Amino acid sequence: MKLTGAQILLECLRAEGVETLFGYPGGVVLPLYDTFVQYPDIRHVLVRHEQAAAHAADGYARVSGRTGVCLATSGPGATNLVTGICTAYMDSVPMVVLTGNVARDLLGRDGFQEADITGITLPITKHNYLVMRASEIAQAVKEAFHIASTGRKGPVLVDIPKDVFIETAEWDGYPEEVHLRGYPLVTRPAQDDVERAAELINAAEKPVILAGQGVILSGASAELCAVAEKADIPVITTLLGISSIPDAHPLSYGFMGMHGHYYCNMTADAADVVVGIGMRFDDRAMGRFKDFNPGAKIVHIDIDPAEIGKNFETHAPVQGDVGEALRALLPLLAPAAHPEWRAWIDDLKAEHPTDYFGEESELTGTWLVRALAEETGGEATIVTGVGQHQMWAAQYYPFRRARQWITSGGLGTMGYEVPAAIGAQFAQSDPVWSICGDGGFQMTLQELQTVKDHNLPIRYALFNNGFLGMVRQWQELFYSDNLHSVDLGQPDFLKLADAYGIAGLRAATRQEARDVIRAAQAVDGPVLIDFRTAKVENVWPMVPAGAALSETIEEPA
Amino acid sequence: MPEYSTIVAHVEDRPGVLARVASLFRRRGFNIESLTVGKADEPGLSRMTIVVEGGAANVQQVARQLFKLIDVVSVVDISDQPVIDREMSLIKVSCRPAQLVEVGELVKAFRADIVDVGPQSIIVQVLGDGAKVEALESMLRPYGVLEMVRTGRVAMVRGQRTSKPAPVSLDAQEAEAARAQLGRRPEGALPFASD
Repeated sequence: MKLTGAQILLECLRAEGVETLFGYPGGVVLPLYDTFVQYPDIRHVLVRHEQAAAHAADGYARVSGRTGVCLATSGPGATNLVTGICTAYMDSVPMVVLTGNVARDLLGRDGFQEADITGITLPITKHNYLVMRASEIAQAVKEAFHIASTGRKGPVLVDIPKDVFIETAEWDGYPEEVHLRGYPLVTRPAQDDVERAAELINAAEKPVILAGQGVILSGASAELCAVAEKADIPVITTLLGISSIPDAHPLSYGFMGMHGHYYCNMTADAADVVVGIGMRFDDRAMGRFKDFNPGAKIVHIDIDPAEIGKNFETHAPVQGDVGEALRALLPLLAPAAHPEWRAWIDDLKAEHPTDYFGEESELTGTWLVRALAEETGGEATIVTGVGQHQMWAAQYYPFRRARQWITSGGLGTMGYEVPAAIGAQFAQSDPVWSICGDGGFQMTLQELQTVKDHNLPIRYALFNNGFLGMVRQWQELFYSDNLHSVDLGQPDFLKLADAYGIAGLRAATRQEARDVIRAAQAVDGPVLIDFRTAKVENVWPMVPAGAALSETIEEPA
Repeated sequence: MPEYSTIVAHVEDRPGVLARVASLFRRRGFNIESLTVGKADEPGLSRMTIVVEGGAANVQQVARQLFKLIDVVSVVDISDQPVIDREMSLIKVSCRPAQLVEVGELVKAFRADIVDVGPQSIIVQVLGDGAKVEALESMLRPYGVLEMVRTGRVAMVRGQRTSKPAPVSLDAQEAEAARAQLGRRPEGALPFASD
């Protein structure tokens, strides 16, 4: 059977089980848009800016665990995706990115809306394809989904020239296999590596697990808990590892890093064996590398061999899938108890709690997160932007299950919260809470119309202090309070909600905040809540940039 | 004097592969001293010999990052192994006819060849390791080196062992033997393991 390139592409998406993709049309992808009508089972969600398409696909992937798909036209459409692709790349999010390009005979001639998107995205995709024949689309798409969703996950881009969408080719069904000799999947760890890791852990007196997003990507929360319980190892998470273990688990101590809990940073720094699981010893988590716990023995379990030994010398590397590695490790661990070590951490936690709620008269961001946690019972999927509100959400929201915490960690992309929440909401029916900064929100707020189109029940909780808060905090602390370019003003966000035809609520006090949270929960459809939070509020604790974890500052001097 | 390591990589012979490799080196801040590419003996593959600045820890990171590229089929660090390494150079030397015998003797001493003779200049072709090429160049310099081109280094491990990618389909016994040869590695061994 002969099909057009556009039909072949949509057949492939159907075969991959893609139900929803996020996109924006333009000149060269018109043949594809002309074909969507033949594939009504594939829902195309029209965003209002291509960046949002990428972030929405990313949010969809993080909540559902499936591969997110986005689509844009050539040139500016494709380049607008770049921030979203890089966000997904840094956080290992499985995503297939489809772009159109100018017709084949115009490639390389600087034609209208031509951009070398495969060249541009070389360093921010796991792999990419420029497909030059309709007959090659199916194999490229099959490989793209395979690569995106296996090993260390990540975005893969497939660029298709306009006339390739129109060209016909024989369709003999979706390929069943891929043959990528340069991409062997090594998921099972070497037994002797696991044994060495077990030896170190069994000999430890003060072990700690640093759990990262790899635990979530591998679906290995249960294995993580089993290992921690058997060997009595406290679990600290990275920012992206939050929700890999329920906060209420007795061995769960919260997250570490630049704005991690004081007791977590000190625990990581005092441990004799540090077990990194599905994490990459990133600078924001570890502080100054050379002064991170110099005496510790490091066990590192990761699917990506290039991460092992990248930033730290590793005493027991285990390369493989986190779940498989933990299942192999579990029987080798001796049942253990570390009561003194646990008591040391518990005392530290009791003496140095993270409880900066401010004055009763102030609507602080910290208090607001706690109120949101109480009112939602800790059950909500939380999407955030980047900045102070993100750190408060990480510190104070008690997460219960994996994939409940959706945030841009590696790239730190402001504006992520508005479109990523759209993707998240398409992946689940319970209302998503998007905790927004007023800075990031104003970068992507055009997506309120996308939200309105689909009447998505997203609750946008705008932490509105009229400041670019985290930058203001840094200027205050490290640049002599020389505030510059951080006053964002305060537009009337209720009028904005009104303009988009969605419910708008406002609160300026703690009492009002509780009332509007409850009111928002009763709304059937999108809500924008303008929380007028304290103008000046800092995130504590803090590891100053370039400092060691042991230099964590608890409070203003 | 910086330390150098040598990597042999087999890559898919496809458009854009060199750009991927170059992009990776640039982004990760790895300095390439020399990079040569040519067809490999296995159809569809190219063989790269890459000389990179840095010692063992650096080259391990280079090799692992390189192997993450989908189009890179195998990566072997041959720095610690006995190798034959060669590069070729063409050196255009200013040379009047009266000097030809003298220069010819010098060239012969290096087992190099004069491959072009003109009225005012000659071209010398030399094959050898980098030190030999540099030694000859320095000997020719007094005559006036007008232009020089070097190919960059190609290298091959001595003896029976190869730097080629492991065969894709092996039966269990062969696979075990191949793994033993590659060193301590699990199933689906990473081909870059040269330990």
